[in-house]
Amino acid sequence: MTKAKNPDLTYPDLSSYEIPEDKLAQIEGMRDAEKRALMARKAELEECECREGMFPNPMASRRSFFAGAAAAAAAAGSLPVVARAAAPPGAKEFEVPSDPTKVQGRLTNDDGGYGSRSQFEDEVRWRFPTKTKESSWTMTPLAAGMGMITPSGLHFERHHGGIPTINPASHSLIVHGMCDKPKKYSVADLKRFPSDSRINFIECSGNGLTEFKAPYLKTVQGTHGLTSTSEWTGVPLSTILDEVGVKPGAAWILAEGADAAVMTRSVPIDKAWSDAMIAYGQNGEALRPEQGYPIRLMLPGYEGNTHIKWLRRLEISDKPFQTREETSKYTDVVKDGKARQFSFTMEAKSVITFPSGEMKLPGPGFYEITGLAWSGRGRVKDVEVSTDGGKTWHLASLQGPILPICHTRFRFPWMWDGNPALIASRCIDETGYMQPTIASINEVRGVNGHPKFASIYHLNGIMAWAIGADGSVVNAAHKV
Amino acid sequence: MIKKLTVPSRGAKVAAGAVVVTLSFAAVAGAETFGFGTTPTEQEIAAIDIDVMSDGRGYPEGSGTVAQGKEVYASKCAACHGENMEGVKEAGGAALIGGRGTIGTPKTKKTVESYWPYASTLFDYTKRAMPFNEPGSLSNDEVYAVSAYILHKANIIDANATMNAETMSKVEMPNKDGFIADPRPDIFNYR
Ligand code: HEC
Repeated sequence: MTKAKNPDLTYPDLSSYEIPEDKLAQIEGMRDAEKRALMARKAELEECECREGMFPNPMASRRSFFAGAAAAAAAAGSLPVVARAAAPPGAKEFEVPSDPTKVQGRLTNDDGGYGSRSQFEDEVRWRFPTKTKESSWTMTPLAAGMGMITPSGLHFERHHGGIPTINPASHSLIVHGMCDKPKKYSVADLKRFPSDSRINFIECSGNGLTEFKAPYLKTVQGTHGLTSTSEWTGVPLSTILDEVGVKPGAAWILAEGADAAVMTRSVPIDKAWSDAMIAYGQNGEALRPEQGYPIRLMLPGYEGNTHIKWLRRLEISDKPFQTREETSKYTDVVKDGKARQFSFTMEAKSVITFPSGEMKLPGPGFYEITGLAWSGRGRVKDVEVSTDGGKTWHLASLQGPILPICHTRFRFPWMWDGNPALIASRCIDETGYMQPTIASINEVRGVNGHPKFASIYHLNGIMAWAIGADGSVVNAAHKV
Repeated sequence: MIKKLTVPSRGAKVAAGAVVVTLSFAAVAGAETFGFGTTPTEQEIAAIDIDVMSDGRGYPEGSGTVAQGKEVYASKCAACHGENMEGVKEAGGAALIGGRGTIGTPKTKKTVESYWPYASTLFDYTKRAMPFNEPGSLSNDEVYAVSAYILHKANIIDANATMNAETMSKVEMPNKDGFIADPRPDIFNYR
C-alpha cells in the first residue's frame, strides 16, 4: 500500500520569464496560498492516526484547511464578500448589476471553495407540522426537480431524534453477534474496502399517508415529497459479512444508529447479502449530516426507515429484534384487524410533477407533462399517461439511463384544448406489476388502519391532478 | 496477461447490472479476508449492545416494582405522555394505554396496551430513546420500574409485580397474535 505523499513544495522559478510586476505579485500570492493549504494538509497527515495517512480526519483537515485558506485570502487582500441574510437557504445574496457585461463579476473562489446556488432559486424542503421538530420529516420539492437526481440539500428527511453531529474521527461501526470474528471499523477502515456506487431512490413508506381516504395536501411536494434519488457510494455489506464470517443459522441483522432515537431495524440476512451497502458518499461527496453522516445503511428498494443513518452497530442474529419501529410503527393494519409486519419493498409508483397541484397553466396550447416513476423491485418498464381521467392511456417516453430501483423521468407531449382535464400516470415495472388505483389498494387492505387517514404506510396508488378551465391544477387523488 | 481482479462476495444475486464475481480475492492476494478494522473488546460491544429481544435475550441485570415505576413515571414521563398515560398532544407524546380491541375498527387506537406485540419492545425502546428530552438517561432499574408501571396501568400485570429479566420475558401482550407477514404484491394487475 502506498503512503500518502508529502506535498512537493517547490515551484518553478519565474525569474527568467518577463512577467509584469502586478501579475507576478498575483501569481506569488496564489502560490503562497496553495503552499499554506498544502502545509496544513501535510501537518495533519502527520498527526492523523488513521492507517498510513490515506484518509485524514476530515474534521481536522477542514479546520486547518480553512485557517490556511482564510490567512491566504487575507494576505492577498481579498476577504470573501459577506453574504446578506436575505438570500434563500443555500444561496448568498449579491448585488445585481444592471448590465453584467459592463462590470467585472465576483472573484473566483470567493465562496471559500464551496459553491452555493443562485440567490434567485428558493426551492426548499418543507417540514410536515409534527408536534416536535426533532421527530419530524421534510419533503422534497419534486415539482421543481429536473432529471432523476435529487440535490443533496433537497433530499427528504425523516428523523426520530433530530440530526446528530458526529465527528467521523471518533465514530465506529461494530459488527457482532452470530459471526466468527466480530469487528470494529473506523470510517477510514470502511473506506479502504473495494467500493461501489449506485444510483437509488429512497422512499419513506409514509409517503402519501395523507391521501388514502381523500385528496388532502395540495402540492406534489406534500403528496409525494418523501422520495428522493442520490448516487450512493460505499462498501457492499456482503464484503463486511465475508470479513466477519457469518455463522450458520443467522437470519436477521439489527442495524442501529447513533442518534438520540438510537434508531433500530431488523434486516433479513438475504437482503444484507444481496445489494445492501454501507454508504459514506452521496452525489460525489460525503453524506449530508441529515442523511446519516458519516455512514448509513442502504437497502435499495426497502422502505426508507430501514436505511439506518449514523450507523454504529450491526448485530447478526437468528431472529428479528421486534423493535418499536417494526411493531408500533411501519406496520399496516389491514381489514381483519391484523397488522402486516416487515413490509419492506416499496412497490411501483409514479407521479406527474408538471403540471401538478397549485400550479396554473396560462392558457390552452402545448405542455410537456413530466414526472417520476420508480419501483423497489427493479427497473421501470413503462409509464403510461392519461389526460382523460383514465379512460385512455398512452405510453410516455422514458429518459435514460433507466436504472434499477431508481427514479426514472418520464415525459409526455400534450396539447391542452382549454377544457377541464384529469391527468394521471401509472408505472409498470420490470416484474410486470402495474401501479394500482388507490381504490383497489383500499379494497384489499381496508380503511381502518388509522382513524383519520385510513392507513399510513405503503401507498403506491395512481395520483391524478385536475386541470380546470382556468388552468388551475388541484389534487384529484381517487378520481382515477 | 492482465487479469481482472474482483472482490470476494457472495453477491451472485446482487441487483441487476452488477458485475458477477469471477475470481476469488483469496486466490489473488493469498489472504482469506482484507482484515481491516480491529477486534472490539467485550466491553466495547457490551457498552452499545443494548437491545432486548422478544424471547428475553438481552435483558440486563436489575429490577423494578410498579410502585417505584409510578414515581419514575410521574417525574420523567407524565409531562409528555399525561398523568394517566392518555397522551399529551402538544408534546408529541402518544397515549401509552387504552384502545384495546379497537385495532382494525374505524376507531383504531394504537397504544402499548392495544397494539404492541411484545413487552420487550417497551423495555428496549424506553431504555434507548426515552425520556425524549433526556434519551438514554434511565438506569436499568428505572426502566424495569417504569415498564412495570405502564404494563400495570395497561391491565397486563398486577399492582404488586416486580419486573426483572425473568418476569419481563414472561409477559404476554394482548395483541401478541396481531401481526402477520407481508403478503404483497397484494394487487394482481400484471402485464
Ligand atoms: C419531552 C417529552 C417526552 C418525555 C418526557 C417522554 N416522552 Fe415518550 N415520547 C415522546 C415523543 C415525542 C415520542 C415519539 C417519538 C417519535 O416520534 O419517534 C415518544 C414515544 C414514546 C413511546 C412510543 C409510543 C408509541 O406508540 O410508539 C413510549 C413507549 C414512550 N415514549 C415512553 C416514555 C416513557 C416510559 C417516558 C418516561 C421515562 C417517556 N416516554 C418520556 C415524548 C416524551
